[in-house]
Amino acid sequence: MVRKLAELTKIDGISGNEQGVREFIIQNLADKSLKFYNDSIGNLIVKGKSVGTSSLKVMVAAHMDEVGFMVNYITDDGKLKFSPVGGIDSRILIGQHVRVGRNKIPGVIGYKSIHLQDKSERKSAVKIKNLYIDIAAKDKENALEMVNTGDYVAFASEPVFFGENRIKAKALDDRAGCAVLMELLEEVWPFEFYACFTVQEEVGLRGALVAANRLKPDIGIVLEGTTCADVPKVKEHEVSTVMGKGPSLSFADRTSLADRELLEHFFRTAEKEKIPYQWKTTVSGGNDAGRIQTSGTGVKTLVVSVPCRYIHSPVSVLDLNDLENMLKLVSRGLHTLPGALGR
Amino acid sequence: MIALLRELTAAYGPSGREEEIRNVIRDKISPWVDEIYTDTLGNLIAVKKGPENGKRIMLAAHMDEIGLVASYVDEKGFIRISNIGGINPYVAVGQRVTFHNGITGCVCYEENITDFKDLKLDRMYIDIGTSDRGITLDCIKPGDMAVFSGEAIEQNGRFISKALDDRIGCLILIKLAEMIKDCPNEVIFVFTVQEEVGLRGAGPAAFSVKPDIAVAVDVTNTGDTPECKPLAIELGKGPAVMIKDYRTISHPKVKNALIECAEKNKIPYQLEVMSVGGNDAGSIHTTGGGIPSGAVSIPCRYLHRPCEMVEKSDVTNAIKLLKTFVMNPEYRS
Repeated sequence: MVRKLAELTKIDGISGNEQGVREFIIQNLADKSLKFYNDSIGNLIVKGKSVGTSSLKVMVAAHMDEVGFMVNYITDDGKLKFSPVGGIDSRILIGQHVRVGRNKIPGVIGYKSIHLQDKSERKSAVKIKNLYIDIAAKDKENALEMVNTGDYVAFASEPVFFGENRIKAKALDDRAGCAVLMELLEEVWPFEFYACFTVQEEVGLRGALVAANRLKPDIGIVLEGTTCADVPKVKEHEVSTVMGKGPSLSFADRTSLADRELLEHFFRTAEKEKIPYQWKTTVSGGNDAGRIQTSGTGVKTLVVSVPCRYIHSPVSVLDLNDLENMLKLVSRGLHTLPGALGR
Repeated sequence: MIALLRELTAAYGPSGREEEIRNVIRDKISPWVDEIYTDTLGNLIAVKKGPENGKRIMLAAHMDEIGLVASYVDEKGFIRISNIGGINPYVAVGQRVTFHNGITGCVCYEENITDFKDLKLDRMYIDIGTSDRGITLDCIKPGDMAVFSGEAIEQNGRFISKALDDRIGCLILIKLAEMIKDCPNEVIFVFTVQEEVGLRGAGPAAFSVKPDIAVAVDVTNTGDTPECKPLAIELGKGPAVMIKDYRTISHPKVKNALIECAEKNKIPYQLEVMSVGGNDAGSIHTTGGGIPSGAVSIPCRYLHRPCEMVEKSDVTNAIKLLKTFVMNPEYRS
């Protein structure tokens, strides 16, 4: 799983351009006989192996897309103006290495150096509209030979293992979920099991709605990389999650409320099997569960996440033990679900 | 009416935790309907059958109420909180709240707040009278929710209570189920979940019910208190027929039929034109291939506070209005 995760983070898959991720997942399916299809919006839906007697239909979702940018204008002197795709903190951008377009043209996000900034400029964060990407083009014409407006821009960041069992990479949100979901496809389930690798989560949970409307599941489990602010000067009740304490269970976020039965079942499973877990302490953000829950005639949902520091940046950090425990918790919780729900 | 209202408002039911209030409503409405069931998300759907050639009319009132959710318990046993639905920190300060298991809590704030502008829920907490994390966790777990405490009263022709939003709508639907007889149309009473967190229950309910017409029955703000923002809704001037709010523009046929019902039967009514807020009609009207929808709103002062206030005559007039409406939803005078 760790190797797959590292490989997954190397792929650029900004919302709406997830095909590289999709292809990697298909090529690396453990069992080549698994049935899969891409739906109209680009979700990859894989039917897992099942031998069960349970009447449940379970959808487990992780999104393939990551945050990034899109080129929206090329200046006469060949600099690229850009807009964000998904939520990005503009304060982290100056000096970032990026890859532009299909040919992965290397670029850097630039701004005038500190010497040339006046006092007020130094004090305030530069807005994205004042930044540009420099691809070393001589002029507009030269830039257009390499890139075009509408090209996607991804952080150029390679995964690095460091510390004790930690990884630093871009796009851990939500390639971490994708990696766990790929592992889950190696198991045999007692119910109908659909792995949904969704698209366009970062721009408004768009893919998951389409997938859920088609599948009409009874249960939707969403695997996420979530916020983790266990860093200096953050109060203990505002950390959201703590790295190394295991996967987190969310009782609520801004887009969905966990189904109480599911929540209790997973938390009891963790206690019983002695799998480390934590409650997410903040009710913030949203994810695919928001659209799955209200699709069709309604779906019971639960979100299980792995803590990721510095999420939505090129250097998000994840503890691989948390990831292993997330796999364990989701796997055990799902296998015992039919018994718990009496179905 | 106050006895029923007292039971309905006393029942615990923050968004996502509607089991208790659902059981109360099921008990009350069961004798008057032909079919009753709970769907996946917990919406309670009660059907009063009509003849084959009639219309299918969905009336929706939400069961859930706003609340506070325990997000973290600290070493000293204090419970950190977040909001479930629109809870104003200024309103929450100093309130008594009740958890699902009857545990009472006091909502307080960090003492170092000197300017009330800095008051936010993440600087507030619930104290349930313990001094230890372990003891608190024996009573309350993260994800458990608390609602405002307090009993409904009737005074000077008005009701005062927590959760009148929207238990007053639930009461109206229960009363209608009891009163409607020999209706030429099928009436589907839907008590929805998770309205306060974003109208999440009503859409899926409408998707399975597939009604011809839907009317949400909810509360709306008033403009009749000292120095308040101008708003053409007053207590005691009758139920409000919604023209638009932030989430819905009422279907003209539904809106006009409601107005005609009121005019013809001399039922006082007002018109609701809001630029903020929304009710279940917002997610019902765009469900499936679209459902012509509108809303009847009970004027309510002090929304989302423990002392919400409505006038009894507005409630009885809303019942009259909806009763004539379901008998003939395509009124043409």
